[in-house]
Amino acid sequence: MSTEGTNDLRVVTVVVNGQRRSAAAEPRRLLSDFLRDDLGLTGTHVGCEHGVCGACTVRIDGVLARSCTAFAVQVDGSEIRTIEGVGDDGAMSPVQEAFRAKHGLQCGFCTPGFVLTVEALLEEIPEPTEPEIREYLAGNVCRCTGYVGIVEAVKDAAERLRSDTREEHG
Amino acid sequence: MKPAPFDYVRAGSAGQAVAVLSEHGDDAKVLAGGQSLVAMMSMRLVRPTVLVDIAHIADLNYVRADADGLRIGAGATQSAVLRSPDVNRVAPLVPAALRWASHPAIRNRGTVVGSLVHADPAAELPAVALALDAELVVQGPAGSRTIPASELFVTYLTTSVEPDELAVELRIPQPPPGLRSGHAFLEVSRRHGDFALVAAGVNVATDASGRIESAAIVMAGIGDTPVRAIQAEVMLAGGRLDDKTLLEDVGRAAAADLSPTDDVHASGRYRQRVAAVLVKRALVQATAGGRDEH
Repeated sequence: MSTEGTNDLRVVTVVVNGQRRSAAAEPRRLLSDFLRDDLGLTGTHVGCEHGVCGACTVRIDGVLARSCTAFAVQVDGSEIRTIEGVGDDGAMSPVQEAFRAKHGLQCGFCTPGFVLTVEALLEEIPEPTEPEIREYLAGNVCRCTGYVGIVEAVKDAAERLRSDTREEHG
Repeated sequence: MKPAPFDYVRAGSAGQAVAVLSEHGDDAKVLAGGQSLVAMMSMRLVRPTVLVDIAHIADLNYVRADADGLRIGAGATQSAVLRSPDVNRVAPLVPAALRWASHPAIRNRGTVVGSLVHADPAAELPAVALALDAELVVQGPAGSRTIPASELFVTYLTTSVEPDELAVELRIPQPPPGLRSGHAFLEVSRRHGDFALVAAGVNVATDASGRIESAAIVMAGIGDTPVRAIQAEVMLAGGRLDDKTLLEDVGRAAAADLSPTDDVHASGRYRQRVAAVLVKRALVQATAGGRDEH
């Protein structure tokens, strides 16, 4: 019976923001550290490292998740979306534009996690009420804004996405 | 804040997972959604040397309804269960409680069965399992057995599941036919999504005249395990949900035998008083809104 774990490296392959990437990682490598340190994608921020603050939020196979409470080996073979995949060729996405317009950020540390969370919120509930916004975002901590600007940004983003849809169909 | 080293096994079947567990015993841990385990490993509160990942076993990822009730596989996430029309129909207390449990990003990976075997005494799902007379099916080297929720929770973070057993399915029985049932789950916590300081859930079945046939009352956050208030349930039987005095008496009776301890979040006395009020409010809400026809 073993009493010690192993440092043996495994090759982990993921499709990050549409790009296939591989790196060697110990089983204990958190997905957050794998993205930042092994793949060089430092837009995913690490705050509390135990699933409370939401700064490291990403999408795993389309599903909103904390990258600090998943091991890289668990998601081997998965598709990951990070903040680097948001926006188009240097242009900001509607959610990002809304955060800028409504002062939804100050220091910016929590912003990548918020942007990914707001994208998921607006896919699920395209016209959320303020209580729905606050409940959905309750797992993301911001120590600068007091959340008022963030809530306004979500409402603004919902409006921007609605008018985008109208243009596409109109 | 980094976990200690461990070996990782991605199990292809429940049988393979059980084989790894029986080989390594206490040194091995089951990894499903990992929403409690990974954080605890990062804080080095636990240091398993082998992790058996069951999240990729397709056979365990299901939510089914049949004549007996609901079957929720060990791979089913809390989000999947929250969205399931079957769960909403057969056991609406489950989604009522899940809405209090953490946040979408956590529920998207965290599993229902995982929350049960994690057995945090402030968590919602263990209390709900207790209220609904649910059973946990576990698979071990010698075969399967079924553990009633009333025999599952031993103490803080400890269940009667053996180290070489894998929890594979939660079974929730069909509510009795011909009765109206009401339910509610309420919680007091610092912020939405935090663990409960106190939570209370009720499930009440009444006949056509409004007379209470049976009731289940559970509380969480008030001891080493969730607690079912059997004596208070007996007081309700034969009564009516519009009897305000009765509901208040039942709330007080439910909390009377609790002895919650003081901690940094709240005093034990506060928790006990809140428990009495939450039970009463949950019963009022079960009358007012949380009603379903069966």
